[in-house]
Amino acid sequence: MKRYQKLTYLYLSVMMLLLYLPIVLVVVYSFNESKITSVWGGFSLQWYELLFRDQAMFEALKNSVILALSSSLLAAVIGTLAAVGFTRIKPWSKGVVEYVSMLPIMIPEIILGMVFMAYFAMLGLRFGMLTLVLAHTAFCIPYNYMTVKARLVGMDKSLGEAARDLGASEVRVLFDITLPLLAPAVLSGTLLSFAMSFDDVIISLFVTGVNVNTLPIKIYTQMKTGVTPEINALCTVILGATLMLVFFSSVLHRSRAVKSQPAAGDDAVKEELK
Amino acid sequence: MSENILQLENITKSFDDTDVLKGLNLSVKHGEFVTLLGSSGCGKTTTLRIIAGLEMPDSGRVLLEGRDVTNTEPNKRDVNTVFQNYALFPHMNVAQNVAYSLRLKRKNKQYIEKELGGVLSLVQLKGYEKRMPSELSGGQMQRVAIARALVNKPCLLLLDEPLGALDLQLRRQMQMELKTLQKRLGIAFIYITHDQEEALNMSDRIVVMREGQFEQIGSPSQIYNYPRTSFVAQFVGNANIIRGTVLGQKDKMVSVRIGNTIVLTQSAGYHLKPDRDAVFAVRSEHIKLAHCTDEVNGLCARVTEKSIAGGMLRIVVKLKDERELTAARFGIDVEFDVGDLVSVSWDAVHAVPVDVEEVGHGGE
Amino acid sequence: MAGNNSIKGKPYGHSLWLMILPLYLFTLALVAGPLLYMVILSFQTRAEGWGIVNQFTVANYINIFEPVYLSTFVESFRLAILCTVLIILFGYPFGYLMATLSPVWKKRVMMLLMIPFWTSSLIRLYGWIIVFRANGTLDQVLMGLGIRDTPLKLLYTYPAVVVGMVYALIQFMILSVYSSAEKLDFSLLEAARDLGASPVQVFFSITLKLTMPGLLSGVILTFIPSMGLFFIADILGGNKVVLVGSLIQDQLMKAHNWPFAAALSVALMLLTTVLIFLYKRITHTTELEGMG
Repeated sequence: MKRYQKLTYLYLSVMMLLLYLPIVLVVVYSFNESKITSVWGGFSLQWYELLFRDQAMFEALKNSVILALSSSLLAAVIGTLAAVGFTRIKPWSKGVVEYVSMLPIMIPEIILGMVFMAYFAMLGLRFGMLTLVLAHTAFCIPYNYMTVKARLVGMDKSLGEAARDLGASEVRVLFDITLPLLAPAVLSGTLLSFAMSFDDVIISLFVTGVNVNTLPIKIYTQMKTGVTPEINALCTVILGATLMLVFFSSVLHRSRAVKSQPAAGDDAVKEELK
Repeated sequence: MSENILQLENITKSFDDTDVLKGLNLSVKHGEFVTLLGSSGCGKTTTLRIIAGLEMPDSGRVLLEGRDVTNTEPNKRDVNTVFQNYALFPHMNVAQNVAYSLRLKRKNKQYIEKELGGVLSLVQLKGYEKRMPSELSGGQMQRVAIARALVNKPCLLLLDEPLGALDLQLRRQMQMELKTLQKRLGIAFIYITHDQEEALNMSDRIVVMREGQFEQIGSPSQIYNYPRTSFVAQFVGNANIIRGTVLGQKDKMVSVRIGNTIVLTQSAGYHLKPDRDAVFAVRSEHIKLAHCTDEVNGLCARVTEKSIAGGMLRIVVKLKDERELTAARFGIDVEFDVGDLVSVSWDAVHAVPVDVEEVGHGGE
Repeated sequence: MAGNNSIKGKPYGHSLWLMILPLYLFTLALVAGPLLYMVILSFQTRAEGWGIVNQFTVANYINIFEPVYLSTFVESFRLAILCTVLIILFGYPFGYLMATLSPVWKKRVMMLLMIPFWTSSLIRLYGWIIVFRANGTLDQVLMGLGIRDTPLKLLYTYPAVVVGMVYALIQFMILSVYSSAEKLDFSLLEAARDLGASPVQVFFSITLKLTMPGLLSGVILTFIPSMGLFFIADILGGNKVVLVGSLIQDQLMKAHNWPFAAALSVALMLLTTVLIFLYKRITHTTELEGMG
């Protein structure tokens, strides 16, 4: 196996390079003086300037943030409550409801978008932020539900029972015991939902109103029409934000892992200290 | 106020088509220390959970201080549990854990502080208020669990093998502490263990449990000296189970024929019918051995094994009819060697009938 | 709370029902409802101009079998298969090799993988436009090295779409294979070598079989989306590459033939369901085989 180590590194490096190539290009050309990407005109921040003065872009960004926040939070509430509830009561309909609620991430996005569009039209809803939030929440819930459920499986049942034994109602158990211990899972599920919602193009295209633009939609439509390096600048900014998020969440993950480890020290030593 | 703090009436419970509890009846008095003793899987934890309200029985009633609480939720019962794995809330420190139930009851700050201090002193953990469960040793966690359950001043405390995870020395120490604590507080304890020593040391009464049924309920000395079944006799302490035919009974003595020897046993309150087979239990430490020269005596046996087990010397002897009996002695050696002929005997009072079919009285 | 409800003999309070209620309601109203409506819609007739007429018909489904539409399905299918094969070829080794790294490197590579994963798919797509467009990066490299004289106009071609799709989905395969390969007991491979097997034999008899779950779930995670990712084809392929996804969008947005679009969608979903079902069957058999 050691023989192939060099080969392994080579292969992985090449693949990594290819993986990052488009991203790197986008970033590099965002600093390009020239408007045409094939010509390097020199280092320039003009596209960033243009970006920050672009009102429509900020409008779209604002919409995306509001949308992602609302959907992920709503999904977090619905998904977490359901995951917790289902560990205690398991009606026969549980399997069915679980399956159906997962469908939004199993169905190809184009179909989902179309389905929502037709449905909302039939209901007579006005296309805009409301329809966006409803649709996004639908595909965010599975992420929250699955993340929380996975964490719940490993959780100690007797903690809830101890709380009940000491006088806590089910609601109190939820708030005092379950939720605090679930916090990391809820958070990561919500982050995941946020990212999924923020990045969504297809579904948003279908269920958005005429005046409501989300960031991905704006980028997409601009890509289809004429491409200005302003897009590069925008992409670079978003990339920077993503990098920070990834870094942030990995730090969080590591610190939680350390905290939940019981003190591994010598029991004997502790006995002496008693 | 009812005489009994707890009453179980005909409790049955099954899980997935298996009968786990098959009709349990028990009364526990105020301030009593009762132990549920049995090996794993016999249903003792399930029984405890039903008393706590964490499970509901299929049939039967649970009465606390005379009131039917069978359908009452666990948080509404004046019963608290010390869980086997302690179940301390990992995200709360010692003080928060112990005071949890008081906060639920919305007690004011002074009350909580006072009670907290009191109960922590009781378990000798004063000063540990700010520690997190992950920073505690097994013994300390267990005390926190006890303190948390006691701070409520329940009328009944349930303890599910609380000392199981501790090492031997610590266990012995905690046994004494728990017993003292219980006497001081005057709270009824229902204690689960599979360790018969623990049960004998701590209890006012022991409930020997087997396969979902209460095999025998009695004080430690009743259980030990007057076991009702061969199971109880062998589960608590070491006993020899001997079969024979009843010849006759007079007052408190019974004459029994074993092989071609006649021995005497006590009646233990039973009325045994003659010409019927009967089973007796004689504890290993009550088996008397003496040098035997003539093999004619029916209870003459050959020593087959000498070994040390459970802190005592075990001597296994084999009778003419291939039956084996075990005698136990203190010390590490005895005057008999393997292969020697010995005569086996016992004092009548130490031979107790077991597995008697009639409705007998077990012990005085 | 007077709760005497119990399910399976455990006493609990009413509030638990309230916890699962939101999910029930939401799923009913916003997942089951729309899907049901779509199925109903697929059986209805298109009215003149806008809207639909409430007239039951299976014409929409029959229409699917028209050669022009059927060919789109076939095309999408072919593209999906092609992409999946390429993804397996490039992604499987990556995932497997990643699992052979030391723990330190594993974490680093994972971190490096996460960044493109979290980066908006559009951004990454845009990068490929830069590469492929006339006089884009690819051309510059090729012409710079003297391999070609004229720009290779790869944008708006089939290969560009393939590359785009592979790129977008390969991470799922990598992660899938990795999670399977990570649990691999490498001492098994050494034992096989010790017993005389050549590296190729070791791979096919042991490695592949044991990483099959990861491979198969990777296939599912890539094949099914590739049937529907129309916007990649849209951007990288323009009008030249027509997929089912684009077709559905066309019918909906341009032709306003909602019932037909619905029928197409139902057909697509049925197709993917069948595939998932087949996949489950195969994995079940593979598991049984693996135990032999």
